[in-house]
Amino acid sequence: MIAAPILLPLILAGLAFVTPSRRLREVWLLGAALGHAAIVALLAVDRPTPSAHAWLGLDDLGLLVLAIVSLLFAGAAVYSVGYLRREPLEPHTDNEEGELFSNEPEAVFVGCFLLFLSTMSLVTLSRHMGLLWVGVEATTLASAPLIYFHRHHRSLEATWKYLLVCSVGIGFALLGNVALVASAAGHESTALDLEGMIKIAPQLNRDWLQASFLLFLVGYGTKMGLAPMHTWLPDAHSESPSPVSALLSGALLNCAFLGILRAYQILDAAGMSELARGPLRAFGLFSMAVGAFFIVRQTDFKRMLAYSSVEHMGVIAFGVGIGGAAIFGSMLHALSHSLAKATLFLVAGNILARYGTKHAEDVRGAVETQQKTAVLWVAGLFAITGMPPFALFLSEFTIVRAAITFQPWLAVLFLILLAVAFIAMMAVGLPMTLGRAPKDISRSSEPASSIWPPIAFITLLLVLGLYIPAPIRELLEGAAGLIGGP
Amino acid sequence: MNPIVVAAVSLLALINFRLLGGSRLVPIIHGAALQGALLALVGIALRELDTAETALAVGTFLVKGFVLPTLLLRALRQVEIRREIEPLVGYNVSLLVGAAALAIAAMLGGRIAEITTTHEPLMITISLFTMSTGLFLIVARRKAVTQALGYLIFENGIYGLGIAVASGEPLLVEAGILLDLFVAVFVMGIIIFHIQHDFSHIDIDRLVVPDEVPETVREGDPS
Repeated sequence: MIAAPILLPLILAGLAFVTPSRRLREVWLLGAALGHAAIVALLAVDRPTPSAHAWLGLDDLGLLVLAIVSLLFAGAAVYSVGYLRREPLEPHTDNEEGELFSNEPEAVFVGCFLLFLSTMSLVTLSRHMGLLWVGVEATTLASAPLIYFHRHHRSLEATWKYLLVCSVGIGFALLGNVALVASAAGHESTALDLEGMIKIAPQLNRDWLQASFLLFLVGYGTKMGLAPMHTWLPDAHSESPSPVSALLSGALLNCAFLGILRAYQILDAAGMSELARGPLRAFGLFSMAVGAFFIVRQTDFKRMLAYSSVEHMGVIAFGVGIGGAAIFGSMLHALSHSLAKATLFLVAGNILARYGTKHAEDVRGAVETQQKTAVLWVAGLFAITGMPPFALFLSEFTIVRAAITFQPWLAVLFLILLAVAFIAMMAVGLPMTLGRAPKDISRSSEPASSIWPPIAFITLLLVLGLYIPAPIRELLEGAAGLIGGP
Repeated sequence: MNPIVVAAVSLLALINFRLLGGSRLVPIIHGAALQGALLALVGIALRELDTAETALAVGTFLVKGFVLPTLLLRALRQVEIRREIEPLVGYNVSLLVGAAALAIAAMLGGRIAEITTTHEPLMITISLFTMSTGLFLIVARRKAVTQALGYLIFENGIYGLGIAVASGEPLLVEAGILLDLFVAVFVMGIIIFHIQHDFSHIDIDRLVVPDEVPETVREGDPS
């Protein structure tokens, strides 16, 4: 049962690769999304009792990320069905540079999409640091072909950068594993098993343990998009098809962060969490600064969203670095950022499809041409910049409050960076909906599959901002409790 | 360490210099292959392995020594590139950087060996040197093939460090790591193929990834 979230999409991925009919592939895709969500719901209600030294298991932290992955995948899958139907099968003209290109075969796309789900589930269910590593690297390999769906040189370059930078980054995390095993010399039987490592943490070699955490932070931090290791992220997010961008940003980055948190758990158990928090705060604030800086005067609206992801990963890392109540804030922020960013990327896909450009300046009057999309875009912008009543307000507020008691000047810096990002995003994003739309832009009604997933996400975000239901609160508190939260 | 193993480990360091100083890609791939194969053999010689572990070490020997290099050689044949032209850092400077890296690795290796009581300082040093060689090739060379090779060499270094300081990783995980490495190089090979294939026949003026222009186009016809 515990392996079902990994196996179901894996099997369907295999089927999708060899299925020639588009109809049938859509059935596999939606079936996987639905089945995965159902399995995760079952696992959440009736949590399997963890057996000692099992390689797969589900704790609150894993369940939180798994639930995010499952939810976002369901939305992205519905969106993809409509998206793939509208994509031309024959070679078509690139709207930026006018060259001809064709798409990747759809079977490959759907197959890799499902493999991506399977590998991300593996990451969330791993109770073993080695297996976790294998899973994270596998997510890179499964998602690389997705970024190269539109076969033109920009996406090819983005794919290459993604593959190489992330593989090397994750190589550092492998070194982290090596250091972790070295720290446990003499306790061979439990090497790399999370449960066992936490149990014997106080007896581990402290130098190796600290080295391993830093290597994990740099390694998985690369994949998570923490600056200055974020260089792959803007290209990959802006060149991939919108449902893929939504998954990369909303689901994958959280999986990478889970890798860091697992290492943090071991350090925390060894009573060394202070050594981990300093670097987390530093990387967090630096990522926020880099993200905010590149959002200012950004011309490409998908790149803007990508840099916003860098910024928000910084917020999450910073929150954990502050500790205390801020850890709960970080958990809530991970959930709500995923929902908000998935909304925005899917909606950005609608705008891109209608206007045929990613240049924010060329998009004007979206309210006129695609009303629903424009409303969702503005709502998403307000949500992502932490405006009430959306949930990101709540999470950022929690982090700020904890930061003030920790170090007031850190809280001030945090707020300044948030404010810069807010102003910059509004300056780029709002004019896109206003003004006069170019005459040649179609005003036809919008397909349901491209509207309902973002509506579902933003509604959820609104509900979470007003009232967090008890089971979700318990899950968030449980997750925070695992990494030293109150 | 027995003298043959010491010789093998020293050979690993020499191979790194060969990789740093060479411009022709086929010998570099051969060098990386030899390095991977040697590492797997050193792993067998340095540790006491049971049957399953020996099988995995032999698997590593085959994958690193033959399968991955074959994949890269095939990609190379398809894209008709023979050597690295205009590297970002010249070959002489690369060799100097290598020498500096070796010195730093020796210092670090000694320090690390102090906190790890049981294992070989020489092996740690050479592994660190190999890792930095791989990373250097990734940043200092332009061609995708060479960068993929750099990644492979970096992974060789990690494998070596694993031999030196970390024994007792479960087999399944090591097999998984090997599988990931295989798929990574496989996917890289496909992308290298696409870089050349997709953009040379559509529109030669828009051959927009200039790093991957085949030699004949870059240099003009030498004859």
